[in-house]
Amino acid sequence: MATPYFRRKKDEMLSWWKTNRLEFNRKLDQFFGSLVYGLSQLFFETGQAFLFGTQSIRLIFQKPSRWDEVLRHMEFIGNKSVIIICLTGGFTGLALSYQIYLGFKLVNATNLVGPTVALGITRELGPVLTGLIVAARAGGAMAARLGTMRVSEQIDALEVMGFDSKQYLVAPRILAAFVSMPLLCAVFDFVAMVSAGLLCVKVLGIDEAIFWDKIQQWIEPGDIYQGMVKAAFFGLTFASICTNKGYFAKGGAKGVGEATNQGVVNSMVLVIISNYFLTNLIRFFYVITGLRS
Amino acid sequence: MMEVAIDIQNLRKSFDGKDFVLNGINLTIPKGKITVIIGFSGTGKSVLLKHILGLIRPTSGNIQILGRDLWSMEQKEINLFRRKMGVLFQYAALFDDMTALENVCFPLREHRRDLKLKEIVDIAMNKLKVSGLDQKHFNKIPSEMSGGMRKRVGLARALALDPEILLYDEPTTGLDPILTEMVDHLIKETHHVHTGSTTVVVSHDLFAAFSIGEHIVMLDKGTVLLSGTPDVFRNSDIELVQRFLAKGFKTG
Repeated sequence: MATPYFRRKKDEMLSWWKTNRLEFNRKLDQFFGSLVYGLSQLFFETGQAFLFGTQSIRLIFQKPSRWDEVLRHMEFIGNKSVIIICLTGGFTGLALSYQIYLGFKLVNATNLVGPTVALGITRELGPVLTGLIVAARAGGAMAARLGTMRVSEQIDALEVMGFDSKQYLVAPRILAAFVSMPLLCAVFDFVAMVSAGLLCVKVLGIDEAIFWDKIQQWIEPGDIYQGMVKAAFFGLTFASICTNKGYFAKGGAKGVGEATNQGVVNSMVLVIISNYFLTNLIRFFYVITGLRS
Repeated sequence: MMEVAIDIQNLRKSFDGKDFVLNGINLTIPKGKITVIIGFSGTGKSVLLKHILGLIRPTSGNIQILGRDLWSMEQKEINLFRRKMGVLFQYAALFDDMTALENVCFPLREHRRDLKLKEIVDIAMNKLKVSGLDQKHFNKIPSEMSGGMRKRVGLARALALDPEILLYDEPTTGLDPILTEMVDHLIKETHHVHTGSTTVVVSHDLFAAFSIGEHIVMLDKGTVLLSGTPDVFRNSDIELVQRFLAKGFKTG
């Protein structure tokens, strides 16, 4: 009974394949084509953004100086991000410590909750989440602002007035992001650890002395520096990408929207990807310099 | 002999390497006069203006401004040289986070570092008054101003550094007839106040061209179709010029 059924099914499938083979292959080609195109575009745009960023940041040391602009952008990127960083840091510390506590309780290792949370926060979550949040907030604003200035001819007006638009608009933003990000990361680390400590000690009943003592025992300044170095690199990354996207935006309001969207998305993807490679690179640096075994 | 402010030789520009937006422009803009560049939409008027401003690099050809080639200069030299040019953009291109007064002070703060802040503010206020902006609007930001007010602030900003060449990109686009007349009058007045300055107006407004222009240039398909005084245009037997004049005056 089964044989004719399967034969019929096989014939049906063969006939479908003969009819739709070309369309199927075309769709497959399209899928892989767009995947390869998307990846190559990401690499191309990253390279372009880094060239743009390095060219621009060199200009900050040329006269006339733009340090007042750097400070103004640091106030926007740094000061105005503090509240959102504190909120995110606080709740990340709470959630992470609670999950780690639940896991470690199973093996009676709650003494190690503190250092585990501290390592996770200082090395990984602090810089990465700071990078993602500030890229979305300040990076998006950078791309939108420069894009609007480009399509409304304000950048042309600047150039015509004898300003170097990259020196005036781009370089201060990149430098401000580079300087502000490690400071924001430090704020994130601090708030996350304080909130984790409060939860563990006041709610979950871990001994306060043990919690902080173990952290002191296991965490080294190098762990904190590692996160801050990463945060500075993420600052360079998102500021270069977003300013590049905004600076070359075209096509009116739609173009500005696309530039902002692409700037933020590319920045976030690159923060995540580069985090892995930075982790390895820093580890490699610590090993070859003998700072860590 | 006529002094030359801008000399353009065989200027060609292609954005895609195939089609040429400007296809061999040869043009001389006289010093001290009002030159109006006219033409149908898409003939390359704005692209030509951006070449004169040095915002676009030509594919080939040469542009001499006051005897200097912008593209043979270093960036710093270009920035200094650009002080000699003032531009009123189509939509004024004011910095939207600055007030009218701050917009005019902006180029002065950059290029006149020898002046004290009070002196800069005094110059800026004077330029705004010359441009016809009422003092009660000095502290408004662009989004609080009308199109005409923005044009006045844009003009005051363009005049801030007392440029030798003043360029206007479609100054009357999007304005009502009364404002258009006002802007035309403003261009003429400004030119007469700044004796010796060269004015270049890019426009498709034929009335403006004939009422303010001492020298008119008509572009077609990326080349100069006709260049001369308004009388040369009136007496021209080139069909396209006649059609443009007839259409322009009819719609005007």
